[in-house]
Amino acid sequence: MSAHFLSIEALKKVYPSDSGEPNPPVFEDIHFHIDKGEFVCIIGHSGCGKTTILNVLAGLEEATAGDAIMDGREVKGPSLDRGVVFQSHALMPWMSVLGNVAFAVKSKWPEWSKDKITAHCTGYLEMVGLGEAIHRKPAELSGGMKQRVGIARAFAIQPKMLLLDEPFGALDALTRGTIQDELLKIVQATHQTVFMITHDVDEAILLADKILLMSNGPHAKIAEIVEVTMPRDRTRAGIHHDPQYYKIRNHLVDFLVNRSKTYAGAEAETFHDAKNPPVVQPGLDGERPPVVLLPTEKPAPQLKQVINH
Amino acid sequence: MPSKLSLHAALISILIFAIFLGAWQLATQPKESSALVGANAEYAALMGKGAEKTDGFPPPIKVARAFVEYLSDPFYDKGPNDKGIGIQLAHSLGRVGLGFLLAVIVALPLGFAIGMSPLLFRAFNPFIQVLKPISPLAWMPLALYSLKDSSISGIFVIFICSIWPMLINTAFGVASVRRDWINVARTLEVNPLRKAFLVILPAAAPTILTGMRISMGIAWLVIVAAEMLVGGTGIGYFVWNEWNNLALPNVIFAVVMIGLVGMVLDMFFGWLQKLVTYRE
Repeated sequence: MSAHFLSIEALKKVYPSDSGEPNPPVFEDIHFHIDKGEFVCIIGHSGCGKTTILNVLAGLEEATAGDAIMDGREVKGPSLDRGVVFQSHALMPWMSVLGNVAFAVKSKWPEWSKDKITAHCTGYLEMVGLGEAIHRKPAELSGGMKQRVGIARAFAIQPKMLLLDEPFGALDALTRGTIQDELLKIVQATHQTVFMITHDVDEAILLADKILLMSNGPHAKIAEIVEVTMPRDRTRAGIHHDPQYYKIRNHLVDFLVNRSKTYAGAEAETFHDAKNPPVVQPGLDGERPPVVLLPTEKPAPQLKQVINH
Repeated sequence: MPSKLSLHAALISILIFAIFLGAWQLATQPKESSALVGANAEYAALMGKGAEKTDGFPPPIKVARAFVEYLSDPFYDKGPNDKGIGIQLAHSLGRVGLGFLLAVIVALPLGFAIGMSPLLFRAFNPFIQVLKPISPLAWMPLALYSLKDSSISGIFVIFICSIWPMLINTAFGVASVRRDWINVARTLEVNPLRKAFLVILPAAAPTILTGMRISMGIAWLVIVAAEMLVGGTGIGYFVWNEWNNLALPNVIFAVVMIGLVGMVLDMFFGWLQKLVTYRE
């Protein structure tokens, strides 16, 4: 088991409450792993603790219990080994685009000369299509361009793993699509290991090798791991012609709409083992996912039509 | 369009000034009939120039003469009670500058520490809250007693009045640096010194500069009063001295100069503020 690049074991987070009474854990019994070069998305409703998990991986927050082990070492505190792209881009407005990336690069390689840093940064900014804008201030850029700088900054320090906290959430659909394409290209070229939070089902299918489905919080768990079995050379334009696409998409939406709330409480343990969440491949014919129906759960046959319209 | 607007504004400004001068002239016109008759006139003649100063509020032309007289030779020095306006202002500016600089040296690092640490913030807060509302001039007796020098006491008073806005604004600016920027620095394992100078300081700079601008405004207000108390040199002393001479035109001249210098100081800090302000 420890052969995985990143292993998360029994992760749990409890936030202290104001009244002093213990709050229920946001999530508990979180087990999953990521292999080198894998692109993993995590999907779940608000409040299930996705961002907390990412912050724990980034070292910005501490888990109440459990371990995160990356490359044989426990994740403790922030590290240059893990690059983070923040949801709000988090560029420093008093620095130019180049300055922002150079700040990161100089943090990683303090001994580099100024020319070397500039050349390195320019390369990464060109990679995200911002070669022309390197001397501009973030305030002069559009939202999409700012997020591109954030991505370039994270890639420029060549981290072992990239953590993306809903990086495209604040962008309009057109811009989001373009940047998704770019990210896809870059990741395919660099084989970067990525862990990404998203609310966007299509984004997850386009980008991910594996999609972790989280049940609702509190007591959130990893409910299922969906393998995206489509070939890796996907494009945004062609992906929905793949027969697997809608099977996966329906599976994800079905989970989010109907099943994500059924994993809380003691009875969930009768059909779900949080330590080994089921790995499903809804895209492949014949291999139907192990859909478990609870007595309380109503099947939703109308859902497929809603999604397919 | 904006140039047309500013032209109109300037015209109206000039008009207001002209009306003000006219009203002033009308209000201070000498009343020929009743003023100088009999013994009063003889007494006035006896007193010579002195009478000129006592016959009511000076009309604009006398004040204008004071302006010309002082500005034509701003740096003369004829003994302790008769120095040019340039020298007096330089003394005041020197005291303000020194006191302000000392306040910067104390307030910025301390404000940084208080802003970074909630513990220090709570520990220092009661003292700041008590010391802040004290009129800086109330410190004067203690300063004179312990420092035993009127000029240094003046500097101390400037120091004590400029420290609070800077301290509070620095602490506030540092404490409210966006979490995201701090997190970026953390994930990049930036060392504390680099983080302080390259992330927190630029992020908090606009707030800090606002504090400095307020401090400088207060310091310039206080220096006039302080110099009236301690005497010797400076624009405050000049005002008080001319009041004792009953030379109201000179007092008016000094009052206008205080306003002009204060405006220039404020403009300078406004310019600094603009330099460090960033657009998001």
